[in-house]
Amino acid sequence: MARTDGDDARDQRVLMCGNEAMAEAAIAAGCRCYFGYPITPQNEVTAYMAKRMPEVGGVFLQSESELAAVNMVFGAAAVGARAMTSSSSPGISLKQEGISYLAGCELPSVIANVMRGGPGLGSIGPSQSDYFQATRGGGHGDYRHLVLAPSTVQELADMTIEAFDIADRYRNPVMLLSDGVLGQMMEPVVIPENPETDEPDKPWALTGCAGREPNVIKSLYLDVLALEAHNDRLQAKYAEIQRRELRYETLKADDADVLLVAFGTVARICRSAMRAMRERGRKVGLFRPMTLWPFPYEALRATRDRVQGYLVVEMNAGQMVEDVRLAVEGRRPVEFYGRTGGAVMGVDEVVEKLEALFAREGAS
Amino acid sequence: MTKTLWQIPESLKQVVTHYCPGCGHGIVNRLIGEIVDELGIRERTVGISPVGCAVLGYDYFNFDVSEAAHGRTPAVATGMKRARPDLIVFSYQGDGDLAAIGTAEIMHAGNRGENITVIFVNNGVYGMTGGQMAPTTIDGQVTKTTPRGRMPEDVGEPLKVPEMLAVCDRTAFLARCALDTPKNIRAAKRALKKAFQYQIDGAGFSLVEIVSPCPTYWGLEPLEALKRIEDEVIPYYPLGVIRDAPHGAGGETGKRD
Repeated sequence: MARTDGDDARDQRVLMCGNEAMAEAAIAAGCRCYFGYPITPQNEVTAYMAKRMPEVGGVFLQSESELAAVNMVFGAAAVGARAMTSSSSPGISLKQEGISYLAGCELPSVIANVMRGGPGLGSIGPSQSDYFQATRGGGHGDYRHLVLAPSTVQELADMTIEAFDIADRYRNPVMLLSDGVLGQMMEPVVIPENPETDEPDKPWALTGCAGREPNVIKSLYLDVLALEAHNDRLQAKYAEIQRRELRYETLKADDADVLLVAFGTVARICRSAMRAMRERGRKVGLFRPMTLWPFPYEALRATRDRVQGYLVVEMNAGQMVEDVRLAVEGRRPVEFYGRTGGAVMGVDEVVEKLEALFAREGAS
Repeated sequence: MTKTLWQIPESLKQVVTHYCPGCGHGIVNRLIGEIVDELGIRERTVGISPVGCAVLGYDYFNFDVSEAAHGRTPAVATGMKRARPDLIVFSYQGDGDLAAIGTAEIMHAGNRGENITVIFVNNGVYGMTGGQMAPTTIDGQVTKTTPRGRMPEDVGEPLKVPEMLAVCDRTAFLARCALDTPKNIRAAKRALKKAFQYQIDGAGFSLVEIVSPCPTYWGLEPLEALKRIEDEVIPYYPLGVIRDAPHGAGGETGKRD
């Protein structure tokens, strides 16, 4: 039976690029409202949604701007629908106003950022340079949202389904942080037709006040103490998300002298570098945060007594490295290697950097 | 036998509003409350408050209401109506919200023929922030940011929103009304009611502009402000129906829901 099950699972695999797999996974999760605006490298999402949403009785609308798209998500979420938008870095900057409102009004929603090189118009090459924007709250005010960082097309699909449940559970926006590699790359993926999703009742939604008092969706509290109480409630919710939704993966960390730290696409490059180093007898491990907010500070801190040092690798000029240093608290050296502008580092570059670290440790 | 001569509509909460003496928003709120009652749609109506003097609409309307970011109200309304076509969705916006920061959203909602109702209150100033120039401030009008009067050679002519939207073939009903006389208020109610009825009928996008007094930032007594509407504002913003072309009528296509 096990073999048959395995074959069935293999039979369900389809070859899809990350952007399309994310779109199909959103539909599988019950998302029936998608609003988006064209921008490379996420255009496969809007094209896929344009084709698929009408087939499942859903709403696809190409908006006049990213601002409009995120506010259409706001409207759809306010009336109780599972809603999503996606974009790439410059467009996500435009959505930040709306994300602040979604957080302030506690509207569950999913926003995907298929990151490209910046700043400004930048390039259409893959990047991770929106880490700060994603994890620190790119809009105004004290708000947080979960940031999921998948590193394979399958994980992107799985996390997309999960994102809708988490958004509903906490009445909060959730961000999927993809990039130009993950979005464009084709891999075999299984997207469950009817995944077990956990869509709760939404008694707070604006569905017409038949048989109940009117509902109000707002983030405006002109009384400063009332706004402080609202913030306290939000912070308590964020603390619960930090406790319950933390995700990370460690590989060969137990005996590692040097621990690579990387997320998303770069974690795959680092995994190959780790294997190459292990073949040379160098004890290298990998720590991969799968949620960037909340960041797995404790789990990373727990490794610092065993390893000699860390190498953080990112497609940016050094952003997550700040969180790694916060976790390690100066007790071990934390080195950084990054590429910017849409350039992707090769495995050899990471290996070379690791060799330099081992050489230095050996010399000291 | 007693006869009810006056009552607060069920669609309005029995609360004191924050509006200044002589402000038009209270009248517009009242008209909406009456219309929602008369059409029997209170239990499926969702209103959207703008950023501006009407931001506290959810404290006054006795049905479901959401806030929206400055100018984004038509996009929020679009998301609501597309997700739940059975709801009656209206957007309530001032002149800064709709005609400055939200110009893209209102034009495209109109151009798509979204089956929503937009109530556009034009009093020619930003009230909440203290009386700055609006896109609809008329030439020569003194505001906080036009201390020598609005100079069109510097900041352009005041925008005529319904006329602007009338070039969009999928708009169903566009009208301009005023609150300066009981007669005009009754006309405003008729126009607003038609705008809601069109949505109920699936006839498409409606916008009713309401020229409204702001005595506080016009520096006038309430009655003087009404006189100014007649003498100075209506000559620039002529009242009447600018476009009446419901979808589904006269062979037009595109009934939304």
